[in-house]
Amino acid sequence: MSGLPPYASPLQTFWYYAFRVICGLIFFFLIFPIIVIMPLSFNSIPFFTFTREMLTLDPAGYSLVNYQDFFTNPDWQRAVWNSFRIAPVATLLSTAFGTLAAIGLSQPHVPFRRAIMAILISPMIVPLIISAAGMYFFYSRIGLQGTYWGVVLAHAALGTPFVIITVTATLVGFDKSLVRAAANLGANPVTTFLRIQMPLIIPGVVSGALFAFITSFDEVVVVLFVGSSGQKTLPWQMFTGLREQISPTILSVATLMVILSIALLTTLEYLRRRSEKLRGLSPG
Amino acid sequence: MTDMTAGKSGEVLTTRDGTPLKAALAKALRREKMRAILLIAPLLVFVLLTFIAPIADMLFRSVENQIVEETLPSTVQALGTWNPDEQEIPDEPVFEALFQDMKVAVKEKTHTQVGSRLNYESPGISSLFRKTGRQIRRMDEGDYKAQFLDADKRWGEANVWKTIKQFSPTYTDGYFLSAVDRKRSDTGIEAKPEREQIYIFLFWRTLFMSMVITFTCILLGYPIAFLLANLPLRTSNILMILVLLPFWTSLLVRTSAWKVLLQQQGVINETLYQLGLVADDGRLELINNQTGTIIAMTHILLPFMILPLYSVMKTISPSYVRAAKSLGANDWTAFWRVYFPNTVAGIGAGSILVFILSIGYYITPELVGGTSGTFISNRIAYHISSSLNWGLAAALGTILLVVVLVFYWLYDKIVGIDNVKLG
Repeated sequence: MSGLPPYASPLQTFWYYAFRVICGLIFFFLIFPIIVIMPLSFNSIPFFTFTREMLTLDPAGYSLVNYQDFFTNPDWQRAVWNSFRIAPVATLLSTAFGTLAAIGLSQPHVPFRRAIMAILISPMIVPLIISAAGMYFFYSRIGLQGTYWGVVLAHAALGTPFVIITVTATLVGFDKSLVRAAANLGANPVTTFLRIQMPLIIPGVVSGALFAFITSFDEVVVVLFVGSSGQKTLPWQMFTGLREQISPTILSVATLMVILSIALLTTLEYLRRRSEKLRGLSPG
Repeated sequence: MTDMTAGKSGEVLTTRDGTPLKAALAKALRREKMRAILLIAPLLVFVLLTFIAPIADMLFRSVENQIVEETLPSTVQALGTWNPDEQEIPDEPVFEALFQDMKVAVKEKTHTQVGSRLNYESPGISSLFRKTGRQIRRMDEGDYKAQFLDADKRWGEANVWKTIKQFSPTYTDGYFLSAVDRKRSDTGIEAKPEREQIYIFLFWRTLFMSMVITFTCILLGYPIAFLLANLPLRTSNILMILVLLPFWTSLLVRTSAWKVLLQQQGVINETLYQLGLVADDGRLELINNQTGTIIAMTHILLPFMILPLYSVMKTISPSYVRAAKSLGANDWTAFWRVYFPNTVAGIGAGSILVFILSIGYYITPELVGGTSGTFISNRIAYHISSSLNWGLAAALGTILLVVVLVFYWLYDKIVGIDNVKLG
């Protein structure tokens, strides 16, 4: 694949370039929808297509009117506030419970390991609409439907599998003799956990937390059913906007959210490299 | 801790404090198990309460049918002796029981609920109960049968009574029968009339479209995974960003992007029009139909195909293909007979993942699917929030859950849930 050999036949040369063109088109398909909304979000008129002014780079074709609407419209602001009120609490819950459980699951002798794992991972497997339906039925029975805590608990449950998976992955490379060495040198289990184990698995915990955060922050199906209008989050507001009449403000929100995902992706990549370095898996 | 004292043959090994070594080891193992359980317990309890209990509640609701018996207790009891084969409609005692039950129900305003419950099975009963409920206060004692028939002549229809009797048990399979377009009649279970059959068709459409989406994902994902696995690491890491960025971008952002692109006045149609490829009145209909759902969902699920494929292809040694070529295979044979069979496991893993995710999708079909591109999930949501037929929603959800769990079990067999990797 790396480079074309000098003895390649014309057919091979043709296929070599054709394959790259095909891949280029697929990459274009993957990235184009995300890129295209960025310039469109600066459109000065409420259209979803490039105007003549925009194509000729005329400053008059561009404006910040959509962003202005996003930052001043009380509906959007309330949605942002709700999202930031729900996601961190849900993240905290799923990270705390999930990290403890992952440490427990990685012990050598766990009774019913497979069954427990299946239950703990299930929120990730079950389709969201089924989780949403079940939670709607059950939470209305116990009076949690339409409350802040109902949404937080639901989102925390959905986020835990990600924490378990990422933390378990970090624990796989964890050297057990370090814990024994610490115990041997007189540290009690809590000190050992806080001073030896925690610093080594912290990249896994943080990336699990990021996954849990984005799960809650991006989640719309469950909040649609479990929440009431008082818990209207950003994705919910976008969903309503898209379903009823699509307002150009959505494009500015989408652009800001893409920037948020880029920031998250960068953090995760940094954490992954750091974790590998800490565990001595790669020289870099 | 388990300081052994070397013993002669036949002597029991003990620790320093004199307990047999076997017992001490067993105790240590128990302690270790206990510690593991204590660490897992908080999350297990949490997930059981916040997640498993709701799912169990949904399963329960798909067969639960207490409302008829609770609202009309004496009627249900009185109907016990009524045999629809012998008499057209029940006798006076049943009507008297109904009068007593209705009086209580109207006071508690529950008669409309039982009406709408029975309305799912036999349309029209809801209005019958509402109408009778309004007149119940004006009824006198004695000769209830005539008074009920006077209030609404539908009480004289055997069908109404059959429905009440049929749906009086605490548990019912009625929701499941409705979910597969069947109903119970005098002669047993039979198919519903043609125009009322929607769910089987919808299940098939969901499965079919999910398969199309999975297939498109294989088609588009395979070349990309191949390219990424065979390029030098530095280049492939950069190209990987193009896969991971969509993966990390909010689902709603991607769906709204497609909504913007695919509209009649959207970027794609506008570009085609400006290029003169389509006429102004011949703009392509790319949204609010199956095409829209398939395009948008392929884009959304493509990373889930590329990532497992990539990790499998990464493990295939390039010397296999080189060996095949040095033995005289041409490029195609080397790929098809040597490289491709090695990637089948990756295709399987990616396909099941994409398929599981796609059959439960709700948001994207709802926003870009119109009426012809929606899935079974959209119908479930409709029954929860609009038609309020929760039992049917629960039955449809249960069927969908079973389908997903079967595929999940397959995935666990082939890939193993412990091998799930993120990012």
